[in-house]
Order: sequence, then structure tokens, then C-alpha cells
Amino acid sequence: METAIAVEGLQKSYKKVEVLKGVSFQVGKGSIFALLGSNGAGKTTTINILTTLLKADAGTATIDGVDVRQRPEQVRQRISLTGQFAAVDNRLTARENLRLISDLHHLPDSAQTAAALLQQFNLVDAADRYVQTFSGGMRRRLDIAMSLIGSPSVIFLDEPTTGLDPEARNDMWRTIKALAKGGTTVFLTTQYLDEADQLADQIAVLHQGKIIASGTASELKRLVSGSHITFTFATEKQCVAAKALLAKHYQVASDGVTLSVIIDGTTSQVAQLFAQLRDSHIEPTEFSQKVPTLDDVFLKLVGTAKEEK
Amino acid sequence: MQAVKDTWTMTKRSFRHITRSVDTIITVVIMPIGLMLLFEYVFGGALGQQTGTKYINFITPGIIVMTVASGIAYAAVRLSMDMQSGIINRFRTMPVAPSSILGGQAMSSTLSNLFSCLLVLAVAFLAGFRSSASFGAWLLFAGLLALFTLALTWMALFFGLLAKTMEGAGAFSYLVLLLIFISPTFVPTSSMTHVLRTFAENQPMTPIVETMRSLLSNGTAGPKLWTALAWIVGILVVMYVASLAVYKRRTITTGN
Repeated sequence: METAIAVEGLQKSYKKVEVLKGVSFQVGKGSIFALLGSNGAGKTTTINILTTLLKADAGTATIDGVDVRQRPEQVRQRISLTGQFAAVDNRLTARENLRLISDLHHLPDSAQTAAALLQQFNLVDAADRYVQTFSGGMRRRLDIAMSLIGSPSVIFLDEPTTGLDPEARNDMWRTIKALAKGGTTVFLTTQYLDEADQLADQIAVLHQGKIIASGTASELKRLVSGSHITFTFATEKQCVAAKALLAKHYQVASDGVTLSVIIDGTTSQVAQLFAQLRDSHIEPTEFSQKVPTLDDVFLKLVGTAKEEK
Repeated sequence: MQAVKDTWTMTKRSFRHITRSVDTIITVVIMPIGLMLLFEYVFGGALGQQTGTKYINFITPGIIVMTVASGIAYAAVRLSMDMQSGIINRFRTMPVAPSSILGGQAMSSTLSNLFSCLLVLAVAFLAGFRSSASFGAWLLFAGLLALFTLALTWMALFFGLLAKTMEGAGAFSYLVLLLIFISPTFVPTSSMTHVLRTFAENQPMTPIVETMRSLLSNGTAGPKLWTALAWIVGILVVMYVASLAVYKRRTITTGN
């Protein structure tokens, strides 16, 4: 895969506070990359450096091979930023906002550009209303629509769903997926693990200015112990029998009438587990499966990072 | 060329904001017009005798200066609003000439304030203001006024960039208004107490008001032209440089 964003050893301090302590990662063209981290981890600083708003103290960053420090004007031709606070003009209408950005890109037909985007983002009915009267979700949609003008090859979204209601959030997720499908590289920051899980092809976990882990969602989940199934039996005797049977092949732990079995999460293994119990005429009354979430991963990683300190 | 195009686009944007809040246009002109009528019709009988000329002719130049001082406050508020939203960062990450961001605001404020001056001048004519100044003198007057408006606009942008809140952004204009009151706008400085007179004769608004009055009353720029110009250009340069410095500092994002 071609590289859209390459970051190497990025460092940045504000006065004496070190915000980024050598951040490196790569983002493939047309993929969705999520920079995951809690408040104060350095996400926005990273975005600000990549979008030419801020200069790094050390390290390099390139967009489509163009250095952000040496050629900011050329980088600006290739990117667009949707910041944490909707970057729209509340005192203009939606259409005027779109035409403004189109004019600033020196596009020949701003009226047509605006009309097409209003259609695409389902804002036709609200096109000539002042943005001031828009809901948070509509404002975000307009914000993204404005970001698409000039056909940027990389779009930066800083916490795109913060403050949105669940419906608007789903809308936004669909929009982001559609963007990537259309070949645009999407770089987003988020503090929501399920968002990174849902959207991102690649995730990097940023903690206190360092990338502490990166990979796909499932690769990250593998960092914590696998999923497990918990059975509940009618009697303790049955539970002991089940434990004796399954301990030969699996890691198990029992407590009274409940038994936890650690599995690798594949369906064939789950089926085999149930078959073995049935063949031995042991019937659990209840069972539940626990799959590790990115939350588990995040908490574990952050915990480890603390210990190392 | 790109910078010119972008500045024009930004000026148009800012003009939309201005024409959409008609109330601010009215607020801008109502105060100077109100003061003009108050001084002409209520105090004019008593004060006019000291000036040795038709009182409305005496006060109109100062009233026009006052119109600019009250109008620029809105430029500060508009810029402050932009600084607090994310739109400036959007512009800064676009292939847009950086100078157009503040340049558009400076253009729109200067042009709209000159328009307010025209309105006030029209009311002054209705109230009996007359001038025998030549076309050349009027042209010089207009040029001086435009330069003055531009200088005060950059002062407004400076305070707009500095202000932490939108409400605070326009407050500085009261100081300028105060300076205009302590100038020979309404009464000659010779009628003031000694301390006040010393202050009045050495502050920037005095030569500016007197030069404008001289231009409109006898068609010559008078002895204070160079002092007036020095003040205006001085304010313009200092405020322009200071604004760019604050803009640079404020746009270096200090968040996470």
C-alpha cells in the first residue's frame, strides 16, 4: 500500500511541558487511521502539526511525500481539517459557507459545487438557513462537506463525534466510511474505543505523548488474554465433572457452580466445547461469552505504561 | 494576485456579516447623529458664540471622527468571534493567502465605516452644515478620513485579537471617544482649564479634528496637517505590527 502520511520521531513541547515525545506512525493511502487517546494525550497537537498549524520541535512528517515543515503551502493543497469545534461560519447560510470555501479554492463554479454538496449531505432543505439555527449534527455534516471542497487526498478529523447524539454519530460514521471508500485517506482522533473499533483500519494508541501500541482492532485485542466462556451448572457436582473434562484441553477456573474456560474465540472451538459437554451428558443451565473490548486493551496498555514509569 | 482575490473573498464574507446586522449599522451612526443634534440645537446657542463660526460647521468634522470611533468597535467584535470559532484554523489549513484573513476584516471595516460617515454627513447637511471647500480639499479630506479609518480599524483588530471575550473586544473604543470629547470637537481648547488644555493640545485627536475642520471650512489643510498625518501613520504602523504579532501568538494553538 502507498503511504499517505509518514511521521517519524515527532516531538513538541509547550514551554516546559513535553506533549509529544517522539511519535512515529504511517498511514496507508485510502485507509482510515485512528489516533486513540484520552484527553491530554497529544492527539490535537499531532493533528495541528500534520495540518501545518503548528511546527514540531523535532522529527519529520510528510503528506503524500511532501514535508509539512518545508512545504506547508503544498501540503495545504492536499489536506483539509475538520477541527474539534465546528469550523463553520454561523452568520452565513449553509450554501454561503460552501461557496465561500469554494471561492477560496478558486474553483470555477462555486454555485454548482455548493448545490452538489448540499445534496450529498442531505442539507438541501436547510441550504438557505443561517447555520446558527443548525443542530450539532447538521453543523458537523456541513463542516465535513466544506472539508471535501478542493478534493483533498487526506482529511483530518479531530474528534468528529464528540458532542453528537447517537443518531448523528452513526450518520458521521457512515460518512467517514464512504469517504474512505471513495479513496480519501482519513486521519481521525478519538477518545472513544468503539469508534476506533468501528471505523479504523489501523489504530495507534497515544498515551502521554508516546505511541504505546498500534495495529488493527483485532491485533490490539489479542494483546489482552483471549475471550472466555462462563458456564453455570445446576449442581456443584456437575461443575466439578465439567472441570475435570475440560481441563485436559483448556485453561479453566471454577467457583461453586460456575466454570470459566479460556478460548481463542473461534466458533469451531466454541462448538467443540459444547459437543464435549453434551457427549459427557453434562448440561449447563446458563452460559455467557466475554469478548475482550478495546477498553480492556486500553486499560491494560495504560496500566502497563504507568508501571514502566 | 492570489492574495488580492482571497482578500476580496474575505471582504465579501465580512460584508455579509455587516449587512446582516442592520442594527449595528444604526447603532454606529445613531450616537454621533444624536450628539450632533443635541449639541447643535440644545447647547449650540451658548457654545456657538465662542467658536466664532456657524456651530454646525464647527462640530461636523469632529462628529465624523466620532462616527469612525464608534464604528470600529464592531470590527473588534467580529474578529473576536472568528478567533473563538474554528473557522480561522480552517482558513489557515487551506491554500489561502495568509494576509487575506486579517486583510478582509480591515477592508470591510474601513469601507463600512466610511459609509457610516457618509450617512452622518448627509444628516449634517440637513441640519444646516455647509462647506465652501473646493473639490481638491474634499478629496484631501476624504483621503485623510480613509487613512484615519484604516488606522483605527487596525487598532480595533488589535483589540479584537487581544480580547478574551467578545463583549470585551469593543470596549477600547470608549477611550477613543473620550479623547474626542477632550479635543476641540465641541468647544475650542482655549475655553478648557489649563491641565485639560495641555492634554487636549497634545493628544492625537486634536490635530486630526482641526485639520479636517480646516479643510472643510477654508479649504486649506492648516498648520496641523503634518502632526495629524504623523499620528495617523504612527497609529497605523504600530497597530498593524502589534496585530500581526498577537495574531501569530494567538494562532499557535496551545491545546493538546
